[in-house]
Order: sequence, then structure tokens, then C-alpha cells
Amino acid sequence: MAATSKAQVLSLYRLLLKESKAFPSYNYRTYALRRVRDAFRENQGVEDPKAVEQLLQKARENLDIIRRQVSIGKMYAAQRTVVESTQKKFV
Amino acid sequence: MMSKSGARTFVVGARGISRCFRLNCAQSSAGASPRQREGIQSRQLKEDELRPLYMDFQATTPMDPRVLDAMLPYQVNYYGNPHSRTHAYGWESEGAMEKARKQVSDLIGADPREIVFTSGATESNNMSIKGVSRFYKAKKKHVITTQTEHKCVLDSCRILEAEGFEVTYLPVKSNGIIDLQQLEETVRPDTSLVSIMTVNNEIGVKQPIKEIGRICRAKNVFFHTDAAQAIGKIPINVSDLKVDLMSISGHKIYGPKGVGALYVRRRPRVRIEPLQSGGGQERGLRSGTVPTPLVVGLGAACQIAQQEMEYDHGRVSELANRLVQRIMSDVPYVILNGDAEQRYPGCINLSFAYVEGESLLMALKDVALSSGSACTSASLEPSYVLRAIGTDEDLAHSSIRFGIGRFTTEEEVDYTAEKCIQQVKRLREMSPLWEMVQEGIDLKNIQWTQH
Repeated sequence: MAATSKAQVLSLYRLLLKESKAFPSYNYRTYALRRVRDAFRENQGVEDPKAVEQLLQKARENLDIIRRQVSIGKMYAAQRTVVESTQKKFV
Repeated sequence: MMSKSGARTFVVGARGISRCFRLNCAQSSAGASPRQREGIQSRQLKEDELRPLYMDFQATTPMDPRVLDAMLPYQVNYYGNPHSRTHAYGWESEGAMEKARKQVSDLIGADPREIVFTSGATESNNMSIKGVSRFYKAKKKHVITTQTEHKCVLDSCRILEAEGFEVTYLPVKSNGIIDLQQLEETVRPDTSLVSIMTVNNEIGVKQPIKEIGRICRAKNVFFHTDAAQAIGKIPINVSDLKVDLMSISGHKIYGPKGVGALYVRRRPRVRIEPLQSGGGQERGLRSGTVPTPLVVGLGAACQIAQQEMEYDHGRVSELANRLVQRIMSDVPYVILNGDAEQRYPGCINLSFAYVEGESLLMALKDVALSSGSACTSASLEPSYVLRAIGTDEDLAHSSIRFGIGRFTTEEEVDYTAEKCIQQVKRLREMSPLWEMVQEGIDLKNIQWTQH
């Protein structure tokens, strides 16, 4: 993997995680973070520059989706779920 | 001794009351709206209240953000009628609709021309069952289905019976799976259609679709399967399975509600009498303007499901095991309904003996759960699916369905398991039946009517 590409991958990875953290919905947020981490881990060994470029393109598209969906999520945020509250209340 | 007999009379009394109560309910419901749950009251969440966890992925699923993202342009700018042939608005919508058709067909290994968009799996099921049998009614008057099918299949069959068709409702074995030999023996020369669901919506068992397909093909009978709960979750290929018609639902695969599809085989061709008359859209099989944003959502959901199937399945299995192990290792007398192996892992139906399902659902108000199908969850009757697999009435009344999906987390599973264990223990502490079991009395040998 070329050096520039490696830097690109890392910066894209960080961006994806940063944007995913902004999902107001607990389930979308945890899914996005988990899926981004797992996808990058899964493709760690990919060497073929063409395949890398394809994956990067897909990551860029997903980054755009996450950004748009985070904005929409913020417009219509709902209550937090019971597992998000730090204080566990028992019935 | 005194206390024992005291407990016994008390139980008899309680049982009598509950029976009367059920009877009253049944009587009062005649002609009135569907029976309402007495205990569970519907109520809106307050603004500062915490939301319950969602553990009912068989009822419906949240939309995937990627699906919404694909749909929005068609809700905002590209509003053309996909059937308009004279301007760009129509062309762009048509292009999007055809792309979606391709995405749906790719997921099941079909040709795009074999996909008909509908309003959901209920419509798809109605279309196939009524449509096929009515088209071939001159020569064939017999339809086969199973006792554990979804309500819309069973009700469509009832309508056919009223029209003079003969319907066989195959029983299932105690694991929820049909007996293939019995199916083979039931097929007659005048059988037009066999309709058997792929994955059951209440107990999650997988029927041997491939074998059923082979039998149907050999006997020259059309085979319809309701795959609403299976599509995108387990690999399905219509040519491998020899399926002739297949119902697909959007909102069970993280797509929008109000859209579905029906796969109709072209070779050998399956003919359908359409239910709706009108503009002749969808090759005349389903008149009515195709809702572009919804089918774009369905297409996107299918494409994502195809990409994510392996990842999702692995995760859902892991979480399901975690939930079952946690609960079963801490609470005795818990029964998993349906076959332990031949199942989709994301649908777990557990019976908690000596606990009333209603009370448990009420106690677990922090978790969105159901005792079975959402369509019948307003009724106090035990589920007909559980009755069909031969579950005792008490156990059928104490069952809860846990649905796990793409967005479920470990934290949610742990929370649900912990709450469930805690509440089952608490409810059993209060139950005189449980007390008797602890004392070693066999409940089956007690004659409850005695006073």
C-alpha cells in the first residue's frame, strides 16, 4: 500500500468514527461505530491498489450518508433509552 | 397439611376467577372491537422519560439510515410518476423503480421481470393464494397450507373455502416443522397451490423449503412461500429452492413500511388473477401507481441485506446465544419453543413455566417485547402457533418472543436478560403454583374443578 494511501485510509477511518459518534440515536450510533471498526479490520490485509481504491470510495460514500443522517437524526431526536442512562433505575 | 390444603383451595379459586374472566371477555367481544389486553394499557411516553429497549424485531424493524438516505431524494425532488412516459420526471422515477426491482431480484436470485411491487407481504400473500387458485379454479380446487402460517394466509384460505375451494391445513410436529411425507400424501391431482412459510414469525423455525419445493415441482403443484421473516436474514435462492411465488416485506428488513414485493416465476409460468383492477401497472398483476420512494427504500434495504447478511447473521446468533444462555442458566423451567436447530436465531420464543406472560410483559415495561405476533397481541387467547406445536395451555400463556436484529447491542441483551431473570423470580415467588411445585406436588394430577 502506498504511503499516501495509508494516510488516506487512517484519516478516513478517524473521520468515520468521529461522525458516527454524533448519531443521537443510541442504536444507530453503536451500530455505525461497530460496523466501521469491523469493516476496516476485515479489510486490513487488502493490498491490491484497485481494491483499496474501491473500498475507499465506498467509505467516502458512507461518510456522506452518515453526515446527512446525523443531521436528520438531530432534527428529530427522541428520548434516550434505558441503557443509556448512567443511573440504573430498577422497578 | 393445613397450609397445603389452604394453598390448594386458593389456587382453585384463582383459577376459577381467571377462567370466568376469560369467558366474559370472549362473550363481550362478540361484535365489538378486538379484545383489549386488560392489564397492559397503551400510553404515550413523557418527554423526560427513558425509552424502552426495542426487542421486537419480528414485528417491525427500524429503518436503516442508509435506506432513508436512498429514499429522501424521491420524497423531495424526484416526485414524478414512474409510469409517466412523456417527460423527464417520469423517466427518472422509472429508472429508480427498475433499479430497485433489480436489487430485490438480486437478493433472491431471480430475474427483475419476476418481481411485482406490492404494499407488503400481506398483499403479496393474498395475491398469490387467491390469485393462483382463482386462475386455475376450472380444473383445480384444492389448496394446502399449514396451521402455523401467518393470519393473512389462513384468512385468505378461509375466503377460498367460502368460494368453494377445499383447503388442507397441515399440522406441524412438536418442533414446529411439517412432516414432508404427510405433505406428499396430501397433494392431490386437483391441488393447485401449496403455501408454506419459510421462517415462522412467532417461533422462528425454518421449514425445509428445498424439499417442499422438490415435492411440489415433482407433483406439478405451484409452491408459494411467505418469506417475510427470512429474506435478507438467511440465504435464499428461488431457483435452488424451486419456489414459484415468494412474498417479501420491506419493513422486516430495515426498509420502509407499506411496501413489499411478490416474486412470480416466469418459467414455468405462474398465472395469477389480479386482485386489483385499474391502470394495469406491474404487468397488469397489480394496478396502482408504484410508490417510487418506498420501492427505492425496499431496493436499498435488499441490497444492504445482501451485503450485510453474513455479518448480521453472525452477530444476531451471538447475541441470541448470549440471551438464551443467561436466562436459562439462572432460571429453571424455561422452554424454548420450536426446533432448537432448524431456526432463525434472531427469533427466540421462550415459555416461562408458572409465570403469566401478561404479567411478565407488564413487569418488563423497560423492554419492548411481545407474547407473539403483533397482529394478535391484543387478544388474550394463547397463540395458535404455540397450540399447533402442542404446547400446554399454561405454557402457551407464559410465552414471550424476543427479537434480535441488526441494531441490537450486548448491553441491551444483558439488560433484558437481567430484568427478565429478576421479574420471573419475583413473579414466581408470588405464585401459589410455584410454591406447590417447590413442595413437590405434580400440578398435572390435581383436579382443578374439585371444590
